Amino acid sequence: MTASSAALGSRRTVVTTALAFVRRNGWTVALVGLLVAFLAITKLLQPNYGPAGIQGLAISILPIGFAAVAQAIVVIAGGIDLSVGSIMALASVTSAVLMLNNDDLFGVGVVIFVLLLGLAVGAINGALVVVTKVPDIVVTLAMSFVWAGAALLILNTPGGGAAPWLMAIISGPLGSPWLPKALIVLAVIVAVVWIPLRRSTFGLAMYAIGSSPLAALRSGVPMARSKIVAYALTGFFSALGGLALTATGGVGAPVPGSYTLQSVAAIVLGGVSLAGGRGGVVGPIIAVIILALVRTDLFFAGVDPNWSTAVQGAILIGVVTFGSLVAMRKVRA
Amino acid sequence: MTRPAGASTAGTAGVPRSPSATGRNWRQVIRDQPLIPLIALLAVLVVVLEFASPGIVNANWLGTTLRSAIPLAILAACQTLAMLTGGIDLSVGAVASMAAYLIGTLSPSQGPLVAIVIAVAACAIAGLVNGVGIGVFKVHPLIMTLGMSLVVLGLMSVYQLAMVQQGVHIVDALRFVGSGISFGFLPNSLIVFVPIAVIIVVGLRRTGYGRLLFAIGDNPIAARLAGARVWQVHVALYMLSGILAAIAGMLLSGLNNTATVSLVEQQVLPSVAAAVIGGTSIMGGRGGYAGTIVGALILTVVTTLLNVLEMPEAVKQILFGVIIVVVAAAYTRVSGDS
Repeated sequence: MTASSAALGSRRTVVTTALAFVRRNGWTVALVGLLVAFLAITKLLQPNYGPAGIQGLAISILPIGFAAVAQAIVVIAGGIDLSVGSIMALASVTSAVLMLNNDDLFGVGVVIFVLLLGLAVGAINGALVVVTKVPDIVVTLAMSFVWAGAALLILNTPGGGAAPWLMAIISGPLGSPWLPKALIVLAVIVAVVWIPLRRSTFGLAMYAIGSSPLAALRSGVPMARSKIVAYALTGFFSALGGLALTATGGVGAPVPGSYTLQSVAAIVLGGVSLAGGRGGVVGPIIAVIILALVRTDLFFAGVDPNWSTAVQGAILIGVVTFGSLVAMRKVRA
Repeated sequence: MTRPAGASTAGTAGVPRSPSATGRNWRQVIRDQPLIPLIALLAVLVVVLEFASPGIVNANWLGTTLRSAIPLAILAACQTLAMLTGGIDLSVGAVASMAAYLIGTLSPSQGPLVAIVIAVAACAIAGLVNGVGIGVFKVHPLIMTLGMSLVVLGLMSVYQLAMVQQGVHIVDALRFVGSGISFGFLPNSLIVFVPIAVIIVVGLRRTGYGRLLFAIGDNPIAARLAGARVWQVHVALYMLSGILAAIAGMLLSGLNNTATVSLVEQQVLPSVAAAVIGGTSIMGGRGGYAGTIVGALILTVVTTLLNVLEMPEAVKQILFGVIIVVVAAAYTRVSGDS
């Protein structure tokens, strides 16, 4: 009797904890549901969709996945970085030019160099925001020209090459054919950097300056340093995105593409508030996968690929409108 | 963000770190009359251009410079108005291209007038949706207009496939207005631009709607409590922005003698840059259209200068970015708000 009631009690705690988890991470849980729904739709539309499809999907989302994490970090800290795509281009061409016709060991050095470059470039963005006091959006918009120009200086047209090992670590499955290496690379790198960060004092400071700069300042949070570090981390993940571009494409591309805007779309869909201080990096990554699946599904459904841009925009608007409606009802209630 | 004028002068007078009386006056002039240093900067750039390529500054140069600055200035008007309320309109590129492409494809079958009416209406509808999203559903302007640009671009790509065999026809009148130059130095697009500029400059200062834009940008809650119907202001603003973008798209299609679904995309970021250089704060509540016009001229002259110096595209982009940061930083420094 006591044993069964204890079991009941523990089950109840499990349920309450689960409910609390869902309540706290409502947006992410909803996204996972949406992801599962889209996977089901994909399977319905294309019964052959299997490991090969999943692997293609994982490789195609790798660059934008890193870009979304990059954007999420700086937006959580109350900023925004419109130069993410340009930093990716810069990292991509730098790595491609240096890796061409060089041995593997040199390639490892190149990867480290490019990541440090990303940190430095991001820190410059952050320092400019802090020193000039110009709104983040203006500074990073201007710096997007600068970094894209630098990428063009390094490589005028797509070229260079990727080290074979770099391409190998992201292609193919690991263990089960359902587990693409690209997804594992993304998950491991993000986890290794994000989890310790989130739990550190700096992680707390980042959320603090994002949610209320004045309160953070008065609580003694080192504002300038936290902001610069957040931008540096954004540069770091953008550089990872650039490396992923080189690794997935095999060459370096000097043109930023639409990665910046896609990263903003992904974080908003992923539950990061543009006002700062709210959200994480898991939601944005799931959002990136969902957006890629939408494109796949439209393709499988035989819809003209030109529709996919319009549908992506409509999803973005729809989701954000829905999110703000929910927020408004909460305020009223 | 903006301080009462009296308080700020009293404050500066008492602050010991202001180096000298002249230094303070300098700042005050720049703060109160941002047009003066902007025009000075423009003049310096023109002089540098003349030194870089002697003889380039002549009547013909004036005509072509004004001609390419005008569409940019109209797009920058969209940004100026949106930025005054603390917003931004990133959909101007897609919307303006839509106007150009719709007219290009519809005019052979429907006649130019009907085509223009349809295009302007389509742009106004895109603006209406933006305004409803931002004003009623409180979607962040950056996200709303970004999403709208994707929707418009996507719809136009689909439409383009249906129209692929028809080809594009640029209406003669648009070519005349967009690319013609009269008397050797007056671009015909001034016929369109001067009324627009006068209406915006005067409208921002003298009309209730203009003051509402400043009020909402300065403090949206105060504006609402004072009785402003904020959502209506937003809807009208973004519809106006869509119509202005349509006009810019028409002029650009006439200027370039072509119309594609991404004709104007390249001008979106420069249009934001022109408004920022012109002294309009992206945080809202401060700025004006006169500065934006000079900002558009400055960007056009800089582009010419970099072309004359035969800078590679890469260096051009880098300098472009540096100029925006430096000018924006200078503003923040002198105007004292952060």
